[in-house]
Amino acid sequence: MLGSGYLTTILFLPAVGAVLVAFVLSNRDRVIKWTAALFTFVPLALSLILFALFDRSPEAAGLIQFQERALWIAPINAYYHLGVDGLSLPLMVLTAFLGFLAVLISWKIHLRVREYFAWLLLLETSILGVFLSLDLLLFFIMWEIEVIPMYFLINIWGAGRKEYSAIKYVVYTLFGSAFMLAGILSLYFSTGSLNMVEIGQRGLGLVQSIMPAAPIFWLLLIGFAVKLPVFPFHTWLPDAHTDAPTAVSVMLAGVLIKMGGYGMIRLCVTMFPPVAQQYAVILVILAIIGVLYGAAVTMRQTDFKRLIAYSSISHMGYVLLGIFALGKVSLVGAALQMFSHGLVTGLLFAMVGLVMHNAHERDLRKLGGLARQVPIITVVFSIAGLASLGLPSTSGFAAEFLVFVGSFSSSLVPGIQVYTILGVFGVVVTAGYILWMLQRVFYGPPLEQYDGTADADVLERVYMFAFVAVIMLVGIYPAIITDIIKLGISPIAGMLGG
Amino acid sequence: MPHQFIWLIFLLPLFSFIIIGFFVRPFVRAESKLAGYITILSIGGSLALSVWALFAVMAAPHHEIPVPDVTWAVIEDGVTIHLGLIMDSLTAVMLIVVTVVSLMVQIYSQGYMQGDPGYHRYYAWMSLFTASMIGLVMADNLLFLFVFWEMVGLCSYLLIGFWFHKPSAADAAKKAFIVTRLGDFGFLAGILLLYLNTGTFDIYELHELAIAGALAGTTLTWAAIGIFAGAVGKSAQFPLHVWLPDAMEGPTPVSALIHAATMVAAGVFLVARMFPLFEHSTEALTTVAIIGGITAIFAASMGLVMNDIKRVLAYSTISQLGYMMLGLGAGGVAIGIWHLFNHAFFKALLFLGAGSVNHATGTFDMRLMGGLRKYMPWTYLTFVIASLSISGIWPLSGFWSKDEILINTFAHQPVLFYLAMITVFMTAFYMFRAVFMTFGGEYRGGEPSAHGHEGHHGQPHESPRVMTIPLMILAALSILSGLWNVTGHFGAFMGHGETHGFFTGLFHPFTQPLPWISLILAGSGILLAYAMYRKSWISPERIGSMFKPLYTLFYRKYWFDELYENIIVRNALLKGLFAGFEQFDNHVVDGAVNGVAGGAIVSGRAIRHAQTGQLQLYGLFIGIGILAIIFVIYFFG
Repeated sequence: MLGSGYLTTILFLPAVGAVLVAFVLSNRDRVIKWTAALFTFVPLALSLILFALFDRSPEAAGLIQFQERALWIAPINAYYHLGVDGLSLPLMVLTAFLGFLAVLISWKIHLRVREYFAWLLLLETSILGVFLSLDLLLFFIMWEIEVIPMYFLINIWGAGRKEYSAIKYVVYTLFGSAFMLAGILSLYFSTGSLNMVEIGQRGLGLVQSIMPAAPIFWLLLIGFAVKLPVFPFHTWLPDAHTDAPTAVSVMLAGVLIKMGGYGMIRLCVTMFPPVAQQYAVILVILAIIGVLYGAAVTMRQTDFKRLIAYSSISHMGYVLLGIFALGKVSLVGAALQMFSHGLVTGLLFAMVGLVMHNAHERDLRKLGGLARQVPIITVVFSIAGLASLGLPSTSGFAAEFLVFVGSFSSSLVPGIQVYTILGVFGVVVTAGYILWMLQRVFYGPPLEQYDGTADADVLERVYMFAFVAVIMLVGIYPAIITDIIKLGISPIAGMLGG
Repeated sequence: MPHQFIWLIFLLPLFSFIIIGFFVRPFVRAESKLAGYITILSIGGSLALSVWALFAVMAAPHHEIPVPDVTWAVIEDGVTIHLGLIMDSLTAVMLIVVTVVSLMVQIYSQGYMQGDPGYHRYYAWMSLFTASMIGLVMADNLLFLFVFWEMVGLCSYLLIGFWFHKPSAADAAKKAFIVTRLGDFGFLAGILLLYLNTGTFDIYELHELAIAGALAGTTLTWAAIGIFAGAVGKSAQFPLHVWLPDAMEGPTPVSALIHAATMVAAGVFLVARMFPLFEHSTEALTTVAIIGGITAIFAASMGLVMNDIKRVLAYSTISQLGYMMLGLGAGGVAIGIWHLFNHAFFKALLFLGAGSVNHATGTFDMRLMGGLRKYMPWTYLTFVIASLSISGIWPLSGFWSKDEILINTFAHQPVLFYLAMITVFMTAFYMFRAVFMTFGGEYRGGEPSAHGHEGHHGQPHESPRVMTIPLMILAALSILSGLWNVTGHFGAFMGHGETHGFFTGLFHPFTQPLPWISLILAGSGILLAYAMYRKSWISPERIGSMFKPLYTLFYRKYWFDELYENIIVRNALLKGLFAGFEQFDNHVVDGAVNGVAGGAIVSGRAIRHAQTGQLQLYGLFIGIGILAIIFVIYFFG
């Protein structure tokens, strides 16, 4: 049975755009850019419509909405199965939002434009695919497709040690997905099903399994842990983020690493609640190491972009903490933190790209005093920085606060209060590096060499303000997102009994 | 008036911020004074409503009026968070403090900030600052209190760093934010602990649980100490006091606001707001008193030797905040807040006076001033009134609240009482040292290149009316505000003590020994300052060299900045631990990754030789494998 077709449209429009750009349209920059904008804007508009139509009533808890299902490969029982629930809907909207803005951010690309936009559009489809798929095979295929555009985007349009970073990203991801594939195969042979919803609802513990649950849990988890990333699997991230072109960094930090957190909730926690609980302490400890260690290493960075990249490791620690604290509120917080971090770090990377592009400098020790020369960038950058350090009225605060409250009051993980408090201390260090960075780049006496540095132009202002508006909206009224997330989380929390 | 209007007290300055930030600043030319007028008008409105609310609260049963709230979010089924306001005696008094001082500061700023290129930005932040502080004192649950708490911190960051092109200002702003955030960490932990044990953020519910004993024992103590940690950061108590003296890098009216009514007052207010929790934990309450008492004398000692007038005032603020904490710890809400109330007016006056002096001379260094009483009679007169008040001279406001603190400390914390008494002497000395250095003797020339104003090289002059009138109003308040409790009405309003006749109250202190002692101590402090800095009977240099080690200790601020910034942050953390982590990350974690990759290549080369293509060899391997499996099963199976 095929549903309304909304999700299929959203999913494949960027890919269609990619095909058009690559093979059909003339090789004129304007044509390509406008096509890319159109084929990312329509999915954004559609996903906002779905966001509005989504049934938020309490009865809809755990319900998959806008479902589409068709038999795909009969012998192995694989379906073309799409759908969204409270967990995936915000991530779909976020991906569509960042996908469109990534095109705008790339407006000044002049190198091999046709290829660039084709890969960028394909990237969006593959990420959307991960969040929309409800069939394990489809999920895995989408997960793997994403690596290809990423490789080319970093390798060709990147900077610095781009070849090294690109190959490192690919190999690392494949390393993770090898484990994940083994996990998915084990799941399939244990249950005979590829239906993520079904496996989740039946609960794997009830299924007669040829394999104990714990190894499957860990196989899947390693795949996701590489993506999130979880200490000690994180070293691909600073390299890839730093050397990728701006728009790709935005996608990478904004939505790509959320695939890891999403997978952990959707597969690991939902399908193996008792196993998740059994090993939660280990993962919570890794989360806290990620938060504090990540923040400490961030403090040491002197490269503008690398600093933001490292901060992601610290912030993703909060996601991991929220997930494996296993409380209802903490899971909501983790999901909100993924959404919020996507916006905030997306904006930070966009702004860093802008500063680097306009001032031709990325070394924090050489930058300074830009506030006079680029006032608009300064204001927006400051807002993004304050959101990153979790200031109230920005989405960062709402998310972190929910993670802290939820984790601290979780009853399923022994000693969680101590770990949470250690995690809370991370916000002090975060304030340290964010404010230090702001001061380094923007404050102090204006420097001569940056006279005449261009401030944001009209297009740039448009996307900056779009980011800021959503960050503030979610910060002031988080219920707009959390009311949806809760619907996806409550059945999971119900299974955990927390 | 319907009670919905109470919301306007908070919303008016918020609207002012929005209007200035989004409409005035982008679209109105820089010289226009519109932003200032909008701010003054909105805060004036808040003040009028606050006065009305104060009388309404006084008339209301239990000194409390209900304010309609709005539902903001539903956390879980059944657990909703309301955005609500409290309107009780504590809030009503705090609102008067915030709105009066803020209004005076905004009027004064019309003169002080005239011609500054950041004029609109200044008033936008000032409006937001005031709105946040009002929100903080009115919030009815800890979550929103924390939100406004952080917003107050943000605004002081933005205003301390207002002249961000000065590296010292940018440094000071950053320091203020990070040091207070260290305290906020404790506050947040306290909130989490309370939520875990009670499932609520609601302040009144927490009060009731503490009073009923449902919230007790170590949980309560730790939660209270966590909350107090937040207050220590915000109110610049030892050992997180280091940010406040640097915070004078902002425009002087900002300092007045920070030191008197917003920001630092928030910490004292927080302890008062959560007082039932402290009251039911002896450990927590004693901690408050001890930290307060130590801070009072510790900060005063540094104030003795500073040459920058704003620094003297900054240490005096820290010291006075210590008194307030001591008052809370030893006496209760009425005692601590009573001093906060009086202090707000005379400290705002002192800072605005320092700003006025700076306006005339272009410097804050008292060694370059002198003789200003001739040129700036109004500034001089009001500054002296404020100094007498803060020194605790009868019948000015400072006398009344300090007296209460001393009496209560004597009764409950005898050790701290002696520290507080010494501090009385120190306070009088450093204040009048400042008065005599600034206004006494002959003019010593000021700063050659002053304040951006040209033609300052001649004689200093009195500031314009728009600046002196707020000084006069605040001076009047510094004299009169203490009279509220002469009859005991303030204490009764705050739920402490009984009322009595005015004249009985006015002369009552002279029937007791304690006020006599404190008056004599204050008087001798003033006399010593007179002898040293006005008449030069005693040479300050000789005293300084006589107590050289002590002088150096005070002057170098007990080396706290060096300890925190150089030893801990720069060396132990950045160059030590964090650098170690970075090396670990680059060489061990990432080294392992690259090592595995390299190892895979090397082992690939080695194993390649096994792929010979000879079936016999493969057969041999299969045979060995089968044997191995049998072996394993036999022994382990």
